Amino acid sequence: MIKLNNIHKYYQTGEQSIHVLKGIDLHIKEGELVSIMGSSGSGKSTLLNILGVLDSHDAGHYHLAGQEIKHLKERHAAHLRNALIGFVFQSFNLLPFKNALENVALPLYYQKMGRKERNRRAAQYLEMVGLSDRAGHMPNQLSGGQKQRVAIARALVTQPKVILADEPTGALDSQTTAEVMEVLKHFHGLGNTIVIVTHEQDIANQTQRQIHLRDGLIDTADAAMTPEVVV
Amino acid sequence: MTLIDTEKWREILTTLGQHKLRTSLTAFGVFWGIFMLSVLLGAAKGLENGVMDGFPKVPNGVWVWSGSETQIPYKGMAIGRRVTLRPEDVNDIANNVDSVGFVQGLNSVGIWNGSPPYTVHEDKNGTFFVQGSHEGMALMHSLEVTSGRYLNLIDMDERRKVAVIGSRVKEQLFTDDDQVIGADITINGISFQVIGTFRSLSQGNSTQEEEKIFIPNATLRYAFNQVGWLGSFMLIPKEGVDAAVVEREVKEFLYEKNKIHPDDVGVLGSFNLQQEFDKINGLFLGITFFSWLVAIGTIMAGAIGVGNIMLIVVKERTREIGLRKALGATPASIVIMIVQEAVLITAVAGYLGLVAGVMILELVSAAVEASGGNDMFQRPGVDFSTAVVAVVVLVVSGVLAALLPATKAAKVNPIVALQDE
Ligand SMILES: Nc1ncnc2c1ncn2[C@@H]1O[C@H](COP(=O)(O)OP(=O)(O)OP(=O)(O)O)[C@@H](O)[C@H]1O
Ligand SMILES: [Mg+2]
Repeated sequence: MIKLNNIHKYYQTGEQSIHVLKGIDLHIKEGELVSIMGSSGSGKSTLLNILGVLDSHDAGHYHLAGQEIKHLKERHAAHLRNALIGFVFQSFNLLPFKNALENVALPLYYQKMGRKERNRRAAQYLEMVGLSDRAGHMPNQLSGGQKQRVAIARALVTQPKVILADEPTGALDSQTTAEVMEVLKHFHGLGNTIVIVTHEQDIANQTQRQIHLRDGLIDTADAAMTPEVVV
Repeated sequence: MTLIDTEKWREILTTLGQHKLRTSLTAFGVFWGIFMLSVLLGAAKGLENGVMDGFPKVPNGVWVWSGSETQIPYKGMAIGRRVTLRPEDVNDIANNVDSVGFVQGLNSVGIWNGSPPYTVHEDKNGTFFVQGSHEGMALMHSLEVTSGRYLNLIDMDERRKVAVIGSRVKEQLFTDDDQVIGADITINGISFQVIGTFRSLSQGNSTQEEEKIFIPNATLRYAFNQVGWLGSFMLIPKEGVDAAVVEREVKEFLYEKNKIHPDDVGVLGSFNLQQEFDKINGLFLGITFFSWLVAIGTIMAGAIGVGNIMLIVVKERTREIGLRKALGATPASIVIMIVQEAVLITAVAGYLGLVAGVMILELVSAAVEASGGNDMFQRPGVDFSTAVVAVVVLVVSGVLAALLPATKAAKVNPIVALQDE
C-alpha cells in the first residue's frame, strides 16, 4: 500500500537548511495497523505529511496505492488526498459552525456527491463510531473523545486506502483515549490500513508494528527489538 | 462546483450568518455607494430635465432680424440706411449659404411693435399676438397641437385665412360648448377659420405663448400690410453644423448682398441658443461625469472594504481552509468560495442600495409633482441602462476586491494551518 524508498526531506529556514528525513525506507502493507514513535523533532509529522500528500519529498520514491507520488499539481494532490487518504488530527479540526453530521459529510462534498447521499453515508459512519444520537450536535456540544470519534468518521467516510493519524489521542485523557483506540482498532478489523503517530508506548503497543524514528532515520535496531503485538 | 450550486450558496449564507455584524458593516459600504450613485445621478437628471425644459424644443435655431441704421459708408452707400429683410432673401440664403438646412421668414403683429390686434368670436373678444408661421414649424415655436392640425403647405401656397390658436385664446373666445375647430374668428376685421389649438411646451413663459394666434406667414403679410418685407429669419443648420457657423455665414451673405460694411455691427441683429444649450449640456455632462466619478469612487471604497474584510476572513479561517484542503478541496474551489462570498455581499447590498435610491427619487419626484412642479427640477430618475452599468461595476469590483484574498486563501498551506500551537 505504502512504499518509501530512500526518502529525504529538507527544510529551508533562512540561510540554513535542515535535513529532517535522511533516507527513509518503509513498506506498509494493506490492512496493517502501524505506529510511528520517536522523540520530539525526529520527523514523525514530516513523514506523515509526506505520506498524506500534504508535503512533497526532496529525494527518493514514494508509491501510494500503486502510483508514484511526485511533482503533483495542487489540484491533483487534492484529488488524491480526497480519494486515498483520511486524516485524523490531534486537535480534531472539526468545523465549528457545522454539526457532527455535516462535518463527517464534508469530504464527500469535495467528491461532488449529492447532499442526500452524503448525509446518508455520513449518518452510517456516525453510527459506526457510536454517535448516531449526536448527529445534530455542534462540535462545542461534544466531549473531546466524541469530537475525535466524529473526526475518525470523517476520515473514513470516503473509504480511503489509508488512515493517517497524528497523535490522535494527544489531547485526550486515558478513558477517552481507550475509546478512540477501540474505534480505530475496530476499523482496522474491517480491513483499513492505519498509521498512527504517537508518543505513548501504550498506544504503540496496541498496533501491529512500531516504527521508531531517530534523527530522521528509522531506528532498525530498535524496531527489531520491539515485540510485535498482534491485536 | 458551478455558480448555481445551491449547496455552496447555503454554505456561504451560513458563514455570512455566523458573522452578522461584520457582514452587515461590509455590506453597508457597498449599499451606500450604490445608494449615492442612484440619488446623485437621479438628482442630476432631475436638474437637467428642469433646465432643458426651458429650452426651445429645437435648440439650435438661429434668428436674424433687421437692426440699427448703417454707420460706416461702404461701396458707395451712404450711412444712415436701414436694411430690411426681403421675401426673396429666403431663397437666396437657401441657394447660396451651404450650412443652412432650413430657412423661413417670419412676420408678426403686435409682438415687436404696435398693439396686438383685436380678435372677435361671436360675442366674445380679446387682444392677442399674431405670429406668422410655416408648415412644420410647430416644434420650432415649442408648441404642441392639442386638437385639429398645424399649418400645412396648402395653407401656405393658397395664403389661406386659417389660424391655430393658443389654449388661452381658446378659453377667452369660446365657451365650453362651442365647436372650436372650423369656427370663424375675426382678427382686425378679417375673418379666419380656426384649424387647430395648441399648448406651449416652453417652461416659464408658456402663459404668454398660449395667448398667441399662428397664421400662415404669407397670409399675415398680405392681410396686415407687411407684403414687402420680413420681420426676421428663422434658420436651422444642416446636420452636424454649429448654429454659430450658420449665424455668421448668413449674416456675411446678407451684409455682402446689402452692401453693409463688415465691421458695421448691429445692422442685422441675430441670436442663437446653441452656445447656451451646449454650455448647459456640457455642464450636465460634467455633472453626470462627476456623479459617476464620486459614485464609482464610493463603490470602489466599498469594494476595497469588502476585500479588506475578506482578507480578515481568510486570516481567521486559515485553519478551516487548511482543513478543507487536507480533505480534498482544490485551490480553485477555495478561490470560488471566497469570491462568491464577496460577490454575494456586494450584489445583495448593491441591489438594496439601488432600490433604496430609486425609492427616494420616486418620493422626491412625487413631492415635486404634488407641489405643482418646479422649473429647475423635473422628473428625477435613474434609467435602466444606468442601473445595469451600476450593477455591473459593482459585481466586477466585488470580484476584483475578493481576488487577492481568494488567492491568498488558495495558497494556504494545510500543514501550517493545521499545526497545533
Ligand atoms: N515548516 C518547517 N520549516 C522548518 N523546519 C521545520 C518545518 N516543519 C518542521 N520542521 C523541523 O523539522 C523537524 C521535524 O519536525 P516534525 O514536526 O516532523 O517533528 P515531530 O517528530 O512531529 O515532533 P513532535 O513529536 O514534537 O510533533 C523539526 O526539527 C522541526 O523544527
Ligand atoms: Mg509532530
